[in-house]
Amino acid sequence: MKSAKKVSHKPVSKKRPAPKNSDFWELRLYIAGPTPNSIAAIDNLRKICEDRLQGRYRIEVVDLLEKPQLAKGDQIVAIPTLVRKLPAPVKKIIGNLSKAERALVGLDLQPAS
Amino acid sequence: MARNGSNARIPVPKAPSGIQGLDAITNGGLPRGRTTLVVGSPGCGKTLLAMQFLAHGVLNHNEPGVCLQFEETAEKLAANVRSLGLNLDQFIRRKKLLVDHIRIDRNEIEETGAYNLDGIFIRLGHAVQSINAKRVVLDGIETLFAGLSEEAVLRSELRRLFRWLDEHNLTAIVTGERGDRTLSRHGLEEYIADCVIVMDHRITNQISTRRLRIVKYRGSSHGTDEYPFLIDDDGISLIPITGLELTHTAVKERVSTGIPALDEMMEGKGFYRGSSVLVSGRAGTGKSTLAAKFADAACGRGKSCLYFAFEESPSQIIRNMASVGIRLERWVRKGSLKFHATRPTSAGLEAHLAVMQKLIADSKPDVVIVDPITSIFSGWDTLGTKLMFTRLIDFLKVRHITSMFNHLTLGSADQTTAHESVSTLMDTWITVTDHNHGDGEPKRGLLVVKSRGMAHSRERRELVVSKGKITLGGVLRNHAPSQEVVE
Repeated sequence: MKSAKKVSHKPVSKKRPAPKNSDFWELRLYIAGPTPNSIAAIDNLRKICEDRLQGRYRIEVVDLLEKPQLAKGDQIVAIPTLVRKLPAPVKKIIGNLSKAERALVGLDLQPAS
Repeated sequence: MARNGSNARIPVPKAPSGIQGLDAITNGGLPRGRTTLVVGSPGCGKTLLAMQFLAHGVLNHNEPGVCLQFEETAEKLAANVRSLGLNLDQFIRRKKLLVDHIRIDRNEIEETGAYNLDGIFIRLGHAVQSINAKRVVLDGIETLFAGLSEEAVLRSELRRLFRWLDEHNLTAIVTGERGDRTLSRHGLEEYIADCVIVMDHRITNQISTRRLRIVKYRGSSHGTDEYPFLIDDDGISLIPITGLELTHTAVKERVSTGIPALDEMMEGKGFYRGSSVLVSGRAGTGKSTLAAKFADAACGRGKSCLYFAFEESPSQIIRNMASVGIRLERWVRKGSLKFHATRPTSAGLEAHLAVMQKLIADSKPDVVIVDPITSIFSGWDTLGTKLMFTRLIDFLKVRHITSMFNHLTLGSADQTTAHESVSTLMDTWITVTDHNHGDGEPKRGLLVVKSRGMAHSRERRELVVSKGKITLGGVLRNHAPSQEVVE
């Protein structure tokens, strides 16, 4: 198994003016090969985004086995790691996102209870 | 790849650390292709040790190195070790060294389910591959425990990481903080079993003493003592007390003491060039006069002298010596005599030593005078002090600089026990004493207690200091130095 899927949801075409920053979500998920945890993370992330951010998000999956040099920039230690690039500020959550509640809190989609 | 780790009969291959003394007590260095744990309290020098190990690999063994730095940024790390003679930037530019700062902040991270530490593996693997590294340092890896909450995951991942290093045949140093109940705070010694080194930094009586001990070295013999070490311009150096490497070559050439009669006591030739001379005695016995006469003679021969004055200012010394006919000012003007006067403040021994060595290295004198050593090297009993002094003497010897150290004693200079430890380091030991017996004028006596490599006189002669003349008078016989009677 090698080719890591680069999953890109681009609900907004590039030609159209970019939506306001606070509305648009740019997410980058770091994985290292298609491990069960990585696949779970991708699935869980999609679910969250479809539920909460329909039409205003973009997910980029980075497979560090293919691009190890990218690990440094976002200070990746754990795998999987999800980085919320937009809206600011940058947030980082780690794990396979199976704890949906904590994922929502970590992404600021839900206030901490 | 064949491993011989389990076979104790085959000697463990070693990777020299390049740290003076450490390679001696480990019989060649750290276990090659294995991981060594170095633990110690903050500021004990473990990061420096690790970086010296990497630098040595680059400079002397063509072994590039990678440092995963969990505590400091690469810039800060480079700045910290730059003052200790390591230029990391240069190695980095030449692609012989890679530093990756791994920062993890619990406040920034939400844990949302299962994870592993593949990020670290990928970063390390990528760094090692990109410069073909043979040596690795993981500095401060225990900070992961503060950043991540799943301790069980962390532990199994660390185990996997250390196995990974072994499998890739990397010679590694992992540093850890000293723990309370365990050697390292999070018990890294459980995972790293091949070689464990403990470093320590204690301060007693304002004298800092650093020590290093090898707790364990699988498959190799090693020194088991606590070895004092120094951190100076050249980084860490550790001198096994019993195994001093006396590599300097002895010189046969002799130099005059400046006092013909004293030369006469030493086979008519004076000191050996490059030897160390201790002159001890109470205040006012003429130690500085002997030193000034020695400096004067050296300058008179066209040599140069560096005079460390720790109690008097240069102008004071020049004035006082002029009163007994030693004209030092002409040499100062000529540039052959340089004074360096400082107050022996609490600046710390290491700092003093560093400054002295730097000045000596810069001005390359033929003769060095330290007057008195007592001010800076107090507390002779401590191992650390002795070690530092040994370092200074070695430093002078390899450069064939003849040195004279004045040692101010409180009691009689003949009470040898008080400075036995100093005198053993010296090639020549001269004592000056007061003799105040009966009704006659008080006299000063001079005795060459020892002088290695020559048949010196063993008589105590009268030291006569008068205007324009420093010489030795008759033999003082059977007179105990006055202070032993008086006190």
